[in-house]
Amino acid sequence: MTDCLPHPPAPPASTRYSVVTQTRFSRMGEIALILVAIALCLMPWWGDRGLIRTATEFLYVLALAQTWNLLAGYGGLVSIGQQAFIGLGGYCLVVFGVQMGVNIFLVIPIAAAVSALVAIPAGVLLFRLRGAYFAVGTWVVAEVLRLLTANTTAVGGGSGTSITTAVKGIPAWWRESLTLWIAIVLGLGAIALGYLFLRSRNGLALQAIRDSEPASESLGIRVDRMRWTVYLLAAAGCGAVGALIFISKLRISPEAAYSLDWTTTMFFIVVIGGIGTLEGPILGTILFFALRGLLSGFGSWYLILLGAVAVLVMVRWPDGLWGLLSRKWDLALFPTQRRVVAIAPRKEDSPHGSR
Amino acid sequence: MIDWINTLIQGLLTGGLYALFAVGLSLAFGVMRLVNIAHGDLIILAAYLALVAVEATGMPALAALLVVVPAMALFGYGLQRGLLVHTVGKGLLSPLLVTFGLSIILQNLMLEIFSADSRGVQAGLLETLSLEVVDGITVGVLPLLILASAVVVVGGLQLLFSHTGLGRSFKATSDDPETASLMGIDPKRVYALAMGLAMAIVAIAGVYTAIRTSFDPLNGPSRLLFAFEAVIIGGLGSLWGTLAGGLILGLSQAIGFRLDPGWGILASHLTFLAVLVVRPNGLFPRTRDR
Amino acid sequence: MTALLDVTGLTAQYGDSQALFGIDFSLDQGETVSIIGSNGAGKSTFLKSLCGLLPRPVEAIRFKGAPIGGLAAHQVAKAGIALVPEGRRLFPSLSVEDNLRIGATTGRPGPWSLPRVYDLFPALHARRKQPGTALSGGQQQMVAIGRALMANPEVLLCDEISLGLAPTVIKDIYRGLETVIGEGTSVIVVEQDIAQALKVSSRFYCFQEGRVSLKGRPGAVPMADISAAYFGV
Repeated sequence: MTDCLPHPPAPPASTRYSVVTQTRFSRMGEIALILVAIALCLMPWWGDRGLIRTATEFLYVLALAQTWNLLAGYGGLVSIGQQAFIGLGGYCLVVFGVQMGVNIFLVIPIAAAVSALVAIPAGVLLFRLRGAYFAVGTWVVAEVLRLLTANTTAVGGGSGTSITTAVKGIPAWWRESLTLWIAIVLGLGAIALGYLFLRSRNGLALQAIRDSEPASESLGIRVDRMRWTVYLLAAAGCGAVGALIFISKLRISPEAAYSLDWTTTMFFIVVIGGIGTLEGPILGTILFFALRGLLSGFGSWYLILLGAVAVLVMVRWPDGLWGLLSRKWDLALFPTQRRVVAIAPRKEDSPHGSR
Repeated sequence: MIDWINTLIQGLLTGGLYALFAVGLSLAFGVMRLVNIAHGDLIILAAYLALVAVEATGMPALAALLVVVPAMALFGYGLQRGLLVHTVGKGLLSPLLVTFGLSIILQNLMLEIFSADSRGVQAGLLETLSLEVVDGITVGVLPLLILASAVVVVGGLQLLFSHTGLGRSFKATSDDPETASLMGIDPKRVYALAMGLAMAIVAIAGVYTAIRTSFDPLNGPSRLLFAFEAVIIGGLGSLWGTLAGGLILGLSQAIGFRLDPGWGILASHLTFLAVLVVRPNGLFPRTRDR
Repeated sequence: MTALLDVTGLTAQYGDSQALFGIDFSLDQGETVSIIGSNGAGKSTFLKSLCGLLPRPVEAIRFKGAPIGGLAAHQVAKAGIALVPEGRRLFPSLSVEDNLRIGATTGRPGPWSLPRVYDLFPALHARRKQPGTALSGGQQQMVAIGRALMANPEVLLCDEISLGLAPTVIKDIYRGLETVIGEGTSVIVVEQDIAQALKVSSRFYCFQEGRVSLKGRPGAVPMADISAAYFGV
C-alpha cells in the first residue's frame, strides 16, 4: 500500500558541502573597516573641529549601541538601565581625575573596571529577575545610583560639577585628538571585539542562548556564565564610554550622566538597524545621526518619529533594516553565522553528500 | 512619637496611590504576561486627560473619572487590538521593545502638546479637607479616598476573577491561550478586554495623580518604577500582594523622607532591592514563573 | 446526502515540515469514526487542522456544506466542533467546575449541562471545587471530555483519551463516550489502541506518514491488512 507513495525529493546527487563563515563581501567589509579606521585616525590633520567632534560622538554612540546589542540581541538581556554605567564612568572622572589627580585619559580604563566591579553585585540581584522584569530592574539600579550620586555632596550633589580642572595643561588639540582616537578604539574596538567574540566558541554559545534557552541548557552550555560575560562586558564598555563622553563635555550632573536618554538612543539604533547582528547597529547609528541632522529643528517630533519607526520596525521587520537588506541581497559584512555552502560536485560521492 | 505615627500614616496613604499605579501592570502581566514599559506614561496621559476635561468643562475634579476611565479603557482596547496584538507570542523582546518605543512616543507627544511645565488639577475643598482621628493626627480625605479606591479596585478584580465568566476567560487564556480558543474564547479579544480593564484602572490612578500631585510629561518612568516595584514586592500574580507592595513602598518612602528629605525615593528603591535579596519571588507569590 | 464533515485534499505544515499530504475524509451525522496510526502518523495534526489550530486551505474542510478552513479556532468551536485535546490540557488555575463551565463559552444550546456532565461522570461531582489538576489522570480525562461536551458540539473530536490510563478507567471513559454517541453526537476518535478504536467505531481510517494508508469497516478488513497499514510493512 505504501509503496506507491512518492518519496520526498532527495538532495541533488554529487554535491559536497562545506561550512564557511567568510564571504567575499565580508572580506570587503574587513578591508573597508581598516581603511575607515586609518582615515579616522588621521582626522586631526585633515578634519575641522566640528567634524572631529561629530566623528567622536558617532564612534562612542556606536560603541554604546554595540554593547547594548550584545546584551539584548545576543544575550537576550534587555537592559533599560545601561545609563547606570555611563553615569558611573562619568563620575569616575570626578573622583579619580579631578579629586585624585589621575590623568583623565587613564581614568577611562579605570572607569571600565569600576563599572564592571559595580556590575557584579547588581548582576547578582538582577539575574533573579526574568525577562521584562530584568529590564525594569536594571532601571531601578540606575535610579539608585543616580539618587546616591545626587545625595553625595563630595561629587557635587544634585547640581553636578565641572571637570575642567582635570584637563588643565592639556592643549586643546591634543585633548580633542586623544578623545577621537580613544573613541575610535572604543567604537571600532566594540565591533572587532563583538566580531571575534561571536565567532569564538563563546559566541556560538551565546547565539544558542538567544535562539533557545532551554535547548542550550540541555546542550550543556553554561547559560549563566555567558550571561555574566556579556553583562560585565557591556558594563565595562558603558563605563569607558561614560568617562569619554564627559571628557568631551567637561561638565557632569546626575541628571545628565544617569539619563535614560542614553539607553533610549542605544535602543533606537539597535532596533531600527537590526538587533542581533553586528552590522545592524552600524547602519542604525548612521541613520540615527542622519535623522538627527535632518530633523533637529523639529524638537520632540524627531523623537516621536524615531519612536514610531522603532515600533513599526519591531512589528513588521523584527530583524531591523539590516535584516531586511541582508535578506534581499544575502549580504553579511561581518558574518558570525556558519553557513553551509555547496562546493564543486565530485563523481564518487554518495548521493546524500557529507553535510 | 506622634510625628512618627503621622509619618507612617502618610506613608500608607501614599502607598494607596502606588498600589493603584501597580494594579494595572499586575493585571496585564497576569493575563497576558505583558510588562508594559509605557505603563507610567499612560498614567500621566490619563492625568492630562483629566486636566483637559476639568479645564474645558469646569466639571468637579473627581467627575473627570467619568470621562477619563471610559476613554482610557477604549484606548487600551484599541492599543491591544491595533498594536500590541502583533507582539503576542513573539517572545520577550518584541513586547518589551514595542512598549519602550510607545513610551518614548507618548512622552514626547505630551511634551509637544502640554509643554514641560508642571501642572495640577484644582480640586478645591477636596484638596484641603481632613479628618482629625485623634489629637495631633489628621488624615486627608483625598488620600484616604485614594487608598479606599485601591482596596475597592483590588477587591473588585478578585470578585471578577473568581465569580464571572469574564474572569474565567482571563484565567483560562492566561493558563493556555490555545486550549482556551478551543472553548470558543477568542484570545485576542480577551487580551484586548484585559488591556481595556488595565487602562481603566490606570485612568483612576491618573486622575488621582492629577488631583493629588503636580505632574509633567516626563513623570511616567518614575510611576512605572513604583508600579513595577510594588508588583515584585507583592509577588507576581497576586493582586492583594500588589496592594501590600504599594503600601510597603509608600511606608518606606515616608520613613526615608523623614530621616533625610533626599532619601525618600531612594528608600523605596532600596526596599525593593532588599526584598529581591531576601524573597526573590516577592512576599506573597502566586503565579508560577513560566 | 452530503456528509456532516467533508475533508478533501487536506495538507498541513507542522513547523517547517509537511505533516499531512492530502487527506480525504468524511464523517456522517451521528457516525463514530476512528483514526488509528502510529506515533507521528499525523493523527493529532489532522484534528488540530480540523479545529483551526493550524493554518490550512480554506476549501479543504467543509462542515455542513460550508467551508470552515478559514475560521479561527474559537469560530470553529462556536460552529459546533469540540476537541478533547491530547494530554487533556485542563486549565490549572480553574476548579473542576470552572473548567467545565468554560466549555459552555460557545453558548450553543443542547442536551449538555453541568448536571448532565456530573450524571455522566459521577466521580467529578464530589471534587468539583478542587483545582482540575489535583485530580487523578482518569478523572482529569473525564473533566476534559465534560468540558468539550459543555459546548454542545455536533462533532466531538477525542485525541488519545485512553493514553496512560489504567484499563478499568479506560472502560469507564469509553462507557461515558457511548452515552455521548447515544445522544446523536458525531464522534471522531483518535487512538493508538487499535482494538479500543475499532470496538467503538463503525468506520476507521488508518494514517501513516501523513496519508491515509487504509480505510474501511471494522470486521470487513482483515486484521493483517490493518496492522500492515498501521506499521507500514
